[in-house]
Amino acid sequence: MRKIKEVFIEKSLLTSALITILVTLGIILVLSVEAVNFFKEVPIIDFLTDTQWTPLFTDKHFGIMPLLSGTLLTSFIAIAFAVPVGLSISIYISEYAPRSFRKSIKPALELLAAVPTVVYGFFALTVVTPFLQSFIPGLSGFNSLSAGLVMGIMIIPFVSSLSEDALHAVPNSLREAAYGMGSTKLQNSFRVLVPAASSGIIVSIILAISRAIGETMIVAIAAGQQPRLTMDPTVPVETITAYIVQVSLGDVEHGSLEYRTIFAAGITLFIFTFLLNTFSYKIRKKFREKYE
Amino acid sequence: MTQQVNENIVDKSIKRVHKLEARGVKVFYDNFEAIKGIDMQIKANKVTAFIGPSGCGKSTFLRLFDRMNDYVDGFRMEGEILIDGENIYKKKVNVEQLRKQVGMVFQKPNPFPKSIYENVAYGLKIQGIKDKKFLKEKVEESLKQVALWDEVKDDLNKSAMALSGGQQQRLCIARTLAVEPSIILMDEPTSALDPLSTAKIEELIYELKQKYTIVIVTHNMQQAGRISDYTAFFYLGELIEYDKSKKLFTNPEKQQTENYITGRFG
Ligand SMILES: Nc1ncnc2c1ncn2[C@@H]1O[C@H](COP(=O)(O)OP(=O)(O)O)[C@@H](O)[C@H]1O
Ligand SMILES: [Mg+2]
Repeated sequence: MRKIKEVFIEKSLLTSALITILVTLGIILVLSVEAVNFFKEVPIIDFLTDTQWTPLFTDKHFGIMPLLSGTLLTSFIAIAFAVPVGLSISIYISEYAPRSFRKSIKPALELLAAVPTVVYGFFALTVVTPFLQSFIPGLSGFNSLSAGLVMGIMIIPFVSSLSEDALHAVPNSLREAAYGMGSTKLQNSFRVLVPAASSGIIVSIILAISRAIGETMIVAIAAGQQPRLTMDPTVPVETITAYIVQVSLGDVEHGSLEYRTIFAAGITLFIFTFLLNTFSYKIRKKFREKYE
Repeated sequence: MTQQVNENIVDKSIKRVHKLEARGVKVFYDNFEAIKGIDMQIKANKVTAFIGPSGCGKSTFLRLFDRMNDYVDGFRMEGEILIDGENIYKKKVNVEQLRKQVGMVFQKPNPFPKSIYENVAYGLKIQGIKDKKFLKEKVEESLKQVALWDEVKDDLNKSAMALSGGQQQRLCIARTLAVEPSIILMDEPTSALDPLSTAKIEELIYELKQKYTIVIVTHNMQQAGRISDYTAFFYLGELIEYDKSKKLFTNPEKQQTENYITGRFG
């Protein structure tokens, strides 16, 4: 009886694992098939080098660069904000804060990631942008600065929580070694603990980057919907994800070239996050070897 | 008071007889009393060994001398610890400065996950020393002192983690020597090492006592007998007997000490 139960549990676990893999493969397949159809009509070289993205206009251009630059710009702003803040928080919690405080602050911070992103989007549009406009006069109503900053707030817990885990996992013997040599807390944190935890910290940053690249609602609401090849954070831009939402919600005919653009954009996004995931997996593997 | 004034006039190079001193020291971890009132004076330029069964408070007591227990949750201390006559638990004491004077070597080798060179240079670098030539010389000198130089001189940039356990422990000692402390505390420094590495470190301790005051916790009574001038026997948070090692190991005063060194308990 016991044995049958074991077998049953084992099989159902295997089935769930297989279903997950199949769904993933299915998504990749659909993405690829539609993307291949797209590239039959639009040469891949145009897709990569054209500096305009106007598939919905009469004068059609299919250059991914404006969307890509929008994604990279907003993500860069988010990361530039979230990494220093998140890392400082993690060092504070792990090395400075009393133990009881550590227990309550971590879940509180993780709440930041649980706020619906649409709320963040409106926060960026209706609070942060007007606030920034008060001292950046030329700032447009839609802009990557405000969207990027708010996205940065959202991903702070990704950086701080995982980095804190990594710092916390550094053996106490290293802390004692550093203090024993006469280090201050600050020297101990930055010269010994952060380098010792660097692989875990890098993984947390990569995860935050993938989260920023894939983020949709905040940028769709606050950064605008104007594909534009620019590095100027004060003007409206459009990200890959925001474009996909725009077309999916619009009345584009299924199976048309315009419709297929979202798959071409989607696969570009997928390649980016896939590379980031692989990279972080490699680092994590190396990390594990180091401590065993 | 007058005595202190007199001592300040005395040339610094003349070593004081009592380097370390504990006065009425009690230690608590929350409500547990780990050290139950110890008075002790430790001589300069000698090796003093702490022995006693596991859990009797040797590490706790040793770590008082560089304030390493300060980071332990629930730690509380009563009494005074003096180094060269100064109470190191006074408010205005700079703990970082204190630890440059009092080096510590731990039970398990704990090199930083950095290169061999960076490990030895660490203590100097955090003091703000940037002079490359000086650092290089100091690294070489310290590694020579622990007889590690010949083994590692061609790959100073190699990770310290790649060294053997014995080499790592000698590296940790070199790292401590580089900042020129006057006191070195060692908490069972050879208990994780093979006999050959242990012999090397014992030899090293013997040489170091010319220049340093060394306090070493050890589980190994033969080791205490071989390398120490004085031995202190601790039991359940109390200092039971403290004497010249020769005397303590051959003709102890207390029954408890005799039971312990003859292996009848602990
Ligand atoms: N961080 C701590 N918290 C609570 N109790 C501790 C702590 N460290 C040591 N103790 C207790 O204090 C006593 C002395 O410990 P320790 O100094 O490590 O002994 P030894 O080094 O002689 O083995 C032991 O009973 C131990 O359980
Ligand atoms: Mg101990």
